Amino acid sequence: MTTVPSTQPGQASARDRVGAVAAGAVARERSGSSVELRGLRRSYGSVVALDSLDLALVPGELVALLGPSGCGKTTALRLLAGLEQPDAGHVLVDGVDITGRPANRRDMGMVFQAYSLFPNMTAEDNVAFGLRMRKHRASERRARARQLLELIGLDHHAQRYPHQLSGGQQQRVALARALAIEPTVLLLDEPLSALDAKVREQLRDEIRRLQMEVGITTLFVTHDQEEALSMADRVGVMSSGRLEQIDSPDVVYSRPSTAFVAEFVGAMNRLPARATEPGQALVLDTPVSLDPDSHLPMGAACEVLVRPEAVAVEVDPSGVWTVVSRSFRGGLTRVVIAGAPVTGSGEDLTIVADLTSAVATGMTPGVRVRARVTSQRLMLAAPRAAAA
Amino acid sequence: MAAVSTAVPLPVTTGFEPRPRRGGRVVGTARVVIFVLFAAYYLMPVVAAFEFTVRGTTGYNLSSWAYILSQPDLTATLGLSLKIAVGTIAISLLMMVPTVVWVHLRAPRLRRVIEAVSVLPLVIPAVVLVVGVLSAFQGLPNVIKGTPVILSLEYVILAMPYTYRVLDSGVGAIDLKTLVEAARGLGASWLEVLLRVIVPNLRSSILFSAFLTLALVLGEFTMASLMLFNTFPVWIVQVGQSQAQGAVAVSIFSLVFAWFLLFAFSLLGARRRGSRRRRSA
Ligand SMILES: Nc1ncnc2c1ncn2[C@@H]1O[C@H](COP(=O)(O)OP(=O)(O)O)[C@@H](O)[C@H]1O
Ligand SMILES: [Mg+2]
Repeated sequence: MTTVPSTQPGQASARDRVGAVAAGAVARERSGSSVELRGLRRSYGSVVALDSLDLALVPGELVALLGPSGCGKTTALRLLAGLEQPDAGHVLVDGVDITGRPANRRDMGMVFQAYSLFPNMTAEDNVAFGLRMRKHRASERRARARQLLELIGLDHHAQRYPHQLSGGQQQRVALARALAIEPTVLLLDEPLSALDAKVREQLRDEIRRLQMEVGITTLFVTHDQEEALSMADRVGVMSSGRLEQIDSPDVVYSRPSTAFVAEFVGAMNRLPARATEPGQALVLDTPVSLDPDSHLPMGAACEVLVRPEAVAVEVDPSGVWTVVSRSFRGGLTRVVIAGAPVTGSGEDLTIVADLTSAVATGMTPGVRVRARVTSQRLMLAAPRAAAA
Repeated sequence: MAAVSTAVPLPVTTGFEPRPRRGGRVVGTARVVIFVLFAAYYLMPVVAAFEFTVRGTTGYNLSSWAYILSQPDLTATLGLSLKIAVGTIAISLLMMVPTVVWVHLRAPRLRRVIEAVSVLPLVIPAVVLVVGVLSAFQGLPNVIKGTPVILSLEYVILAMPYTYRVLDSGVGAIDLKTLVEAARGLGASWLEVLLRVIVPNLRSSILFSAFLTLALVLGEFTMASLMLFNTFPVWIVQVGQSQAQGAVAVSIFSLVFAWFLLFAFSLLGARRRGSRRRRSA
């Protein structure tokens, strides 16, 4: 005979068993599904929200769609969830075309940007809602809801109503609710954007931890590049309804495939340059090769994109640049310098440089400095709008 | 007279309003003064009317109250009116809740149009409505045409301006689109979305619109008498023609009755919120 330290031994052990079974199910069943979006197109009136989107997610990976507001991220997510129908294209999950299937039969877990918990239900009932719709037994629903609330660290708030929870807690319950149905895919539409910075960061890590633990294929939509880069296996950068590039965070950052991606992800300087020979240019008197290798005529003026960490700055009383401001950021110090460039039109140019803090010690505002570029390959900037 | 009898001031509560912050002492005093003035304004006519009903040739007596309470038609007509009210409320809600929800979700631009249409019953004279409904429903079986059911159908139209407005603002107060989409994503059918998510969150609006409809039915005289149904308001007028004191007594009675129902309805709303708070404590 086993001894159970409870006043109701039968009940307690029964619940433990249910919990153990459910926990096992989490580990076993969730190897993740594959998702494929093929040529998805959707327009609203004359606005093309999504212009032929192709995207494939491998089982268990977290892909972040990153892009400015209005570029079609939410539309992509809603098409996948079945909350919206595409004008053209297909949605496939595990190879099965589900394009015409209604949202309530897609088995996808979604967390919305706006608080979406049902105000009339407790946290526990919210989490159990999907199981209730699937006609699971009450005891089973309860056990599973408890288990998920425990997973997000809110089991002690199970009986609270949404209005009694903080924003961060509500989004965590919403996450638990989405996971409770053991969805094929988890869809997150800027779930952190309404939260304050500290909670956001904490929850970001928590979402990633849970996602990896459960092994669920996840599409995460955000306009916050830090969020996308820190959480995702791969980041897809979108611009006006199109996917510009999809790669691992470090590749998106260090080898952007288009000028849009380069400028959108991470801080970026736009510096004037002059073509010297095919594929070569002079930037801040530093010779660099251009990417893409556009065939600019000799001596043509152009602009190149330079990351702040690719600018070297040294104190030099005879330098043409002047330090404008300096902000200490731990290991790195961001220094902003201004001056008339050599190729100068007379207008002042500003450059942002990230220097190791030791190097930046002498650079108080007003100090004369010289600057050069440390990368060998630079991306050509897209031409500015005509009036610029 | 009958129509006036149910003009009760109705407190609107959504149930989710924050408590107003307490103002300074001056504001507090002003509040009390205004409250007393309004209370007097509302209660004085009632008190005066009551005084009239108990006035006798020598001193006071309750004979007019005894008279109306002994009338067998009191319970019969009140019962009929309540039945008609229940029918009206049921038809109104079954029609209007899905309609308002649909308009908000799928055709928000139609809101203005529907709002305009919904106030038409306020400007169309009762006679026209009666004739209109009768000719529109001519083809219906006698079970409907010849019974109070037809009156329920008329009252559904009469109540529409109130029902629509109350439900429309109730739906506007929740994030309908997000809640519906969350429920759909979790596997709910449209019926489940309506019953498990929308209706519970529109609870106070639904109760309030039901109460307004009830008040309307308990006070409507013209249509009922035009269509020859002996409803409560019709009976009040009949009593008034034979016994003035009795008619005033009945009016007060219906006023108090309406107040009682209002309390019952708001208790229904409060009970739920109270138990919620207790469970989560
Ligand atoms: N229901 C809608 N009706 C009309 N236009 C819409 C609707 N939903 C989205 N759009 C438009 O489609 C574009 C993409 O929107 P969305 O996918 O929400 O962008 P994001 O989520 O990236 O900010 C925007 O220009 C937006 O105005
Ligand atoms: Mg969006």
